Amino acid sequence: MSNPKGRFGIHGGQYIPETLMNAVIELEEAYNHYKEDPEFNRELTDLFNNYAGRPSILYYADKMTRDLGGAKVYLKREDLNHTGSHKINNVLGQALLAKKMGKTRLIAETGAGQHGVATATAAALLDMECVVFMGEEDTIRQALNVYRMRLLGATVIPVKTGTRTLKDAVSEAMREWTSRISDTHYCLGSVMGPHPFPTIVRDFQAVISREIKSQMLEAEGRLPDVVMACCGGGSNAIGSFYHFIEDESVRLIGCEAAGRGIDTFETAATLNTGKLGIFHGMKSYFCQDEFGQIAPVYSISAGLDYPGIGPEHANLHDTGRAEYVAVTDEEAVQAFEYLSRTEGIIPAIESAHAVAHAIKLVPTLDKDKLVVITVSGRGDKDCAAIARYRGEDIHE
Amino acid sequence: MSNIAKAFASGKAFIPFITCGDPDLDTTYNIVVEAARAGADLIELGIPFSDPTAEGPVIQEASLRALSSGTTTDKVFDLVERLRETVTVPMVFMTYANVVFSYGSERFISRCAEVGIDGLILPDIPYEEKGEFLDITRKYGVDLISLIAPTSNDRISMIASEASGFIYLVSSLGVTGVRSEITTDISSLVASIRASSSVPCAIGFGISTPEQASAMAECADGVIVGSAIMKIVAQYGKDAPEHVAEYVKSMKDAIS
Repeated sequence: MSNPKGRFGIHGGQYIPETLMNAVIELEEAYNHYKEDPEFNRELTDLFNNYAGRPSILYYADKMTRDLGGAKVYLKREDLNHTGSHKINNVLGQALLAKKMGKTRLIAETGAGQHGVATATAAALLDMECVVFMGEEDTIRQALNVYRMRLLGATVIPVKTGTRTLKDAVSEAMREWTSRISDTHYCLGSVMGPHPFPTIVRDFQAVISREIKSQMLEAEGRLPDVVMACCGGGSNAIGSFYHFIEDESVRLIGCEAAGRGIDTFETAATLNTGKLGIFHGMKSYFCQDEFGQIAPVYSISAGLDYPGIGPEHANLHDTGRAEYVAVTDEEAVQAFEYLSRTEGIIPAIESAHAVAHAIKLVPTLDKDKLVVITVSGRGDKDCAAIARYRGEDIHE
Repeated sequence: MSNIAKAFASGKAFIPFITCGDPDLDTTYNIVVEAARAGADLIELGIPFSDPTAEGPVIQEASLRALSSGTTTDKVFDLVERLRETVTVPMVFMTYANVVFSYGSERFISRCAEVGIDGLILPDIPYEEKGEFLDITRKYGVDLISLIAPTSNDRISMIASEASGFIYLVSSLGVTGVRSEITTDISSLVASIRASSSVPCAIGFGISTPEQASAMAECADGVIVGSAIMKIVAQYGKDAPEHVAEYVKSMKDAIS
C-alpha cells in the first residue's frame, strides 16, 4: 500500500524526514493556490518574456540536416535564455512562489552550476538571500559558474562529503533545509525529490514543449516525429516531452550520460544500469549496489552526473512512452565539437549528449521526418574541461 | 506487549545508537555487549547507508568508515545473530528506506524477526509512506518506530495514535549531531504526544552530556544518544568498547 500522493505509476512519493513534512505540505498548498492565480501567472509570464527572453527560438538547423542526410533537424534553443540554460524557467517560477509564501531565503543544489547561477540570479532580482551547495569536485570542474554565483551575491558552499558531486550537493541542501525551514525555500533544480517538486518543476519547464508545439505547427504545419533531450534528473527532458505525451505519434527520447560506457562502473546512465529504489525523497530508478548503497556515478558532464532520475521519467520508461538511450563521454565531446563547427552553436556538454544521439539517429530517418533536439544550455562553461579532455590546458 | 516495552519497564531508558561496522563488525560486537552490560536499556543498531541524509557529520563519517570496512546488510544480520547469544535487551535497526527496499522489504523484515530485532527506525519514511512497510512489520511482529519532530504540529495526534514500540521524538530541527543547547519546548511536545498515545516516548538528536540527558529524561521516557558515542568510536577505534561502556554508565546514572 503506497501513498497515492505525487505518484507517477509506482514512482514518486514523499520519502523524507518527518521534520520536512509540513514544509512540503505547505509548498503543495501554496503551489495549488498560485498556479491558478491570474496575478501569479501574469507576473511569471512577464518574467519569462521580459527577463529570461522567452519564447526561445526553434531553429531549423539546415547545415546539420544536409550534413546528416536524413530527417529535418530543429534545435530548441534553451541555451539562449538569460543565464544560458533552461534552468531559469523553473527557478523564476519557484522563486516567485517562495516570495509569495513569505520566504526570504533560497537554497539550492547545483551540479554543472547552471541551476545555481539561475537561482542566484532570481535571488538577486527578487531581493532574496541565496545559498548554493555544490560538490567540491564540481566547483573545480565548473569554476567559472562558481564565480558567477558569487558575483550575483550568492554564497557557494563546496560540499566535501561522499563523491563531492551533485548527489552530495542534494543531500547537503536537504540537510540544510531540515535545519532552517521557516524563512527558507529549497529551490530544487530538477524533476526529482519528494512530491510536490517533480510536479512543480515539470510544470514550470513545460513551457519548452508548449513552445515547441506551436513553433513547429507554425513552421511545418504539423507535430514533430521525434523530440529528444539530455536527461540527468530530467528537467529539460520532461519540459521538452510534456505537451507531447498525449501525442502518441511523437517519439520521445531521453539521452542519459553513459560516462565511460554502460558496461563500466564509471557511468551515470540510470535507466540503462540502475534498479528500483528509494532515495532523495522519491521512489524511482537509481544506480546502486546489491545492498542498496548508492553508486558513485561518473560522467564528464557535471549536470548529468547523478545516480537517479525523476519519477515521471521512470514511469515513462516503464510504460514505454519514452525511450532512454545512453551516450558516452567521447560521443558527447564529438557532438560538442560537431555542433560548434556545423552550426556555430556551442552547446552545453549536457545538451551535447542529445546532439550525439541525433547524429546517430537522424541519418536513419526519412527526409520528411522532423526531429527536435533541445539544446538545454550553452557550452561556454565547458570549454576548459573539454580542452582538458582533448589534452589541451587553457586558462579561463 | 511489544518486547521494546521491556526497555521502559523499570525507569527511564538509556538508548545508545551504534553504527554497525565502524571500525569493524567485531568491534561493534564488543561495543554492544559492553553497552548492554553498562546499563543500556535498548540498543539502536545503525546499518550504514552511503548517503545518510538525516545525519550530521559524525554519523556520516561513521557510516562511510563502516562501508569501507566491508559492512553489508547480510553481515549485520549475522552480527545480530551472534549478539543474541548473550545480549537480551531489545534491539532495533536504524537505517534508510533503500537498504530495506533493495534487500526486499519482506525478506529484510522477516530476517529481522528471525535474528531477534524488535523494531525498525527509517528516518526517510514519514507517516504518509509507512504503509508499504507497516503491513510487513506487523506480520512479523517487528515495531515500525514513528518519528515526531518539532515541526510536526497538527500531525502529532495522527502519528502518535498509530505508533507502536516507542515514539522517537526528534529534539531539534536539522540533522543528528551534538548540540550545545536544545531550545525546543520538549515538555509541551511530549504533552501533545501523551494526549494521543501511551506508547513510551524517547528523545534523540543533539544529546551528549549527562546534564542534557537528565533534563530530557525529566520530560520523557528515554534518551537516545548517537553522535556522542560514534565520536568515542572514531577516537578509540578497536579500543572503543570500554570507553563506550564508561560513557553509557555515566549517562544511565544521570537519568536514573
